[in-house]
Amino acid sequence: MLAYLIRRVLITIPLLLGILCLSFLMLKLAPGEPTIIQQDLQARATGAQRETLRQLYGLDKPIYVQFGRWLWRVVRLDFGRSYSPDGRPVLEKIAERIPITLGLNLLETVIIFSLAVPLGILSATRQYSVFDKATTVFVFVGFATPDFWLALLVMILFGVQLGWLPISGLRSLNFEYLSFGAQVWDLAAHLVLPLLVASVGGLAGLSRYMRGSMLEVIRQDYMRTARAKGLAESVVVYKHGVRNAVLPVVTLLGLMLPGLLGGAVIIETVFAIPGMGQLFYQSAFSRDEPVLMALIVIGASLSLFGNIAADVSYALVDPRIRVAKRREV
Amino acid sequence: MTAFDHISRRGFLSLLGALPLAACGRSESVQESAAAEEGPAYGDTLVQASIGDISGLIPNITSDSASHEIGGLIYANLIRTDKELRPEGELAERWDISKDEMTITFYMRHGVKWHDGEDVTAEDVDFTFRYMIDPKTPTAYGEPFRQVRRAEVVDRYTYRVTYEKPYAPALLSWGLWILPRHILEPAWKAGVDLRTTRQNRFPVGSGPYRFGEWKTGEKIVVEANPDYFEGRPYLRRVVYRVIPDQSTIFLELKARNIDLASLTPIQYRRQTEFPAFLKVFHRYQYLSNSYAYLGFNLLDARFQDKRVRQAMAHAINKQEIIEGVLLGLGRPAVGPYKPGTWWYKDDVKTFPFDPERAKALLAEAGWRRARADGILEKDGKPFSFTIRTNQGNAVRQQTAEIIQRRLRAVGIDAKIHIVEWAAFINTFIRKKDFEAIILGWGLGLDPDQYEIWHSSQTGPEELNHISYKNPKVDELLEAGRRTFNQEKRTAIYGEMQEVLAEDQPVIFLYVPDALPVVSARVRGIEPAPAGIMYNFIKWYVPSALQRYTR
Repeated sequence: MLAYLIRRVLITIPLLLGILCLSFLMLKLAPGEPTIIQQDLQARATGAQRETLRQLYGLDKPIYVQFGRWLWRVVRLDFGRSYSPDGRPVLEKIAERIPITLGLNLLETVIIFSLAVPLGILSATRQYSVFDKATTVFVFVGFATPDFWLALLVMILFGVQLGWLPISGLRSLNFEYLSFGAQVWDLAAHLVLPLLVASVGGLAGLSRYMRGSMLEVIRQDYMRTARAKGLAESVVVYKHGVRNAVLPVVTLLGLMLPGLLGGAVIIETVFAIPGMGQLFYQSAFSRDEPVLMALIVIGASLSLFGNIAADVSYALVDPRIRVAKRREV
Repeated sequence: MTAFDHISRRGFLSLLGALPLAACGRSESVQESAAAEEGPAYGDTLVQASIGDISGLIPNITSDSASHEIGGLIYANLIRTDKELRPEGELAERWDISKDEMTITFYMRHGVKWHDGEDVTAEDVDFTFRYMIDPKTPTAYGEPFRQVRRAEVVDRYTYRVTYEKPYAPALLSWGLWILPRHILEPAWKAGVDLRTTRQNRFPVGSGPYRFGEWKTGEKIVVEANPDYFEGRPYLRRVVYRVIPDQSTIFLELKARNIDLASLTPIQYRRQTEFPAFLKVFHRYQYLSNSYAYLGFNLLDARFQDKRVRQAMAHAINKQEIIEGVLLGLGRPAVGPYKPGTWWYKDDVKTFPFDPERAKALLAEAGWRRARADGILEKDGKPFSFTIRTNQGNAVRQQTAEIIQRRLRAVGIDAKIHIVEWAAFINTFIRKKDFEAIILGWGLGLDPDQYEIWHSSQTGPEELNHISYKNPKVDELLEAGRRTFNQEKRTAIYGEMQEVLAEDQPVIFLYVPDALPVVSARVRGIEPAPAGIMYNFIKWYVPSALQRYTR
């Protein structure tokens, strides 16, 4: 197991390098540079001034020199400063947004899992029932609905027409002046719509996955054995069935890891939530390379780590795989 | 002069929609009509929205309009323009221009304080000047200051600058945010990038509002400066909420959570034209400071013939574009200036919509109808070209489509290519790899447009990207810069407008309207040629209508 783990981690290093190299190259190949965005068509900006900016950022050097320099700094965990005129350290810009995105996504994950698992089980055990069919319809609608559109609809309904919930942002303007209880209430009210919209898509996918997994388990021999032993149906389904069926779904958590920090670009943009997704969006539009590359490093590392975690957790929880690995080693 | 592509409008911000948060100090139940006209009162908060977070709070080195707007509340300028767009003093009480028009002497107000209590003096102006001309300063606004030959602090409140030659845009270039020397100079001298200083996050200015707080990606708050030398602003607080999505801003506006925003033509005509909205918001409409044009690459032999450009001017129906795309909210442009400014000439040659005249002019220029598909040709080549414009600007894309149809009617085949902004500028404009473009110019407060029309400005990094070269225009542009005399300049720029109208180096399409909307509880707004924001510190909410009590 340990040898397997070490090998997995070592393989990741060239993979990560490859990802970074490609991302860097693509950023550089995309037309436009940060200096354009900063002074596009300023009548009184001259070529000399643009050159000043290019030198300041080191953009006048060949790409491989830029990449080498950048990589050497990243190895020492120095992501540099943002190209945007605030010039703040990249890590600082990212750090202040992590709690928001992380909190939001953890909540979202909890909601999705706590709804998708029972939904999947019920659909599977009552396959082709009205409930199953209704869920199927809901799931396909949920899958097919674009986030931003749904967001606008619920904003119009609950925010403008009914006026029950705040439309955007995380806090009210007078947040500082509220009592603690009111602050919690305020925050919760602001989270309802974004969480609702964010959960719909994920819920649709995961409940399908759970249903499929459960259907497969139900047909297994050990289920028949359990029934043959005379166990109550609920024990058969929930003890023998669900425990096995939930395994592959739980390993999905590992794959969701990068998403937890990456943030949802669309949700955060539409609801004006200052998280990582929004930072990515803004950095992409302003060609803020240091921030973009830092976000890519984080995203890529988390994805790779999530993959390892998924593999390992699978190996840990599933005896069959554990045996297979041992034999292999 | 920024291109007006990068939409940067405010919406506004607000308290919770309708959650039962009675305790939070919202006195909104008092209705507009009730507590009417009791005169100016201090207090309340004005909420706006910005599509992007600001990039910093030293506006001299930023270029996004949200930073400039907020910077404009926090910092005072040496001079500014009044509601008629005439120069007037702000930190400078008055100024003299020497007889030879080469020297400007500014006499500053005494007793103006920085927000931290220090005096504002000529030393601050001098520091700002030296910072602007420092080649290491990442600013796009340094050029006018490089024309200064000598700058001197005459005494504590007198500052004098001398130019190589008379330079008319000089005066308005001092509409410059003055930075606090006592805070920034040590860092600047030590070679520190000022963007990394505390001032860029927690600025000390001398303007009507003091910095309050900046929550990254969420909001920026400024508070009225009770010691502002023109009097304390009535609105106690201004909040800019960062809302990166246009639709969300509009919904927040409709829910009355934003007090000031800018509408699009479709929002103005179709989505706010009902009593419930008009009761709680006042809408304004006036010409904006910009125009849109169809430009040609004049290095291309086909477009070098003036008759061809004139023919296209006749072929395009500007009124139809204004009706169809701007929903009537704009007016046809006949030259590169905003109607109503002192330098605008309204009796230049125009090219009314006249397809027959267009066809005649094209025939005169040698374009023959010889092909089955009706496209004109010359020397065996069909008259076919591509109009490029940038992505994300629906108005321009629709304009391109209307133009395409009209050109087709006179036998010209135009294709449309929509390109992402950065790629558009870098790949096509800079490399002069285009045939025709639809773009706009934002207009400055001075008629000088040397950078756009002078033949010396056609380099890849420069702004005469259509490569227009006309010795007469060059001469007029040079002359216009060399005198401060308004009469002479009116004549010079008038003549230039005649030449441009005859030449049609670009086809001037339209001047769109600005469409701001402000909460009806705000009083004291007086639209003028400068727009509505010029008297912002005089805006107020009668005390009975105030919504945010804290």
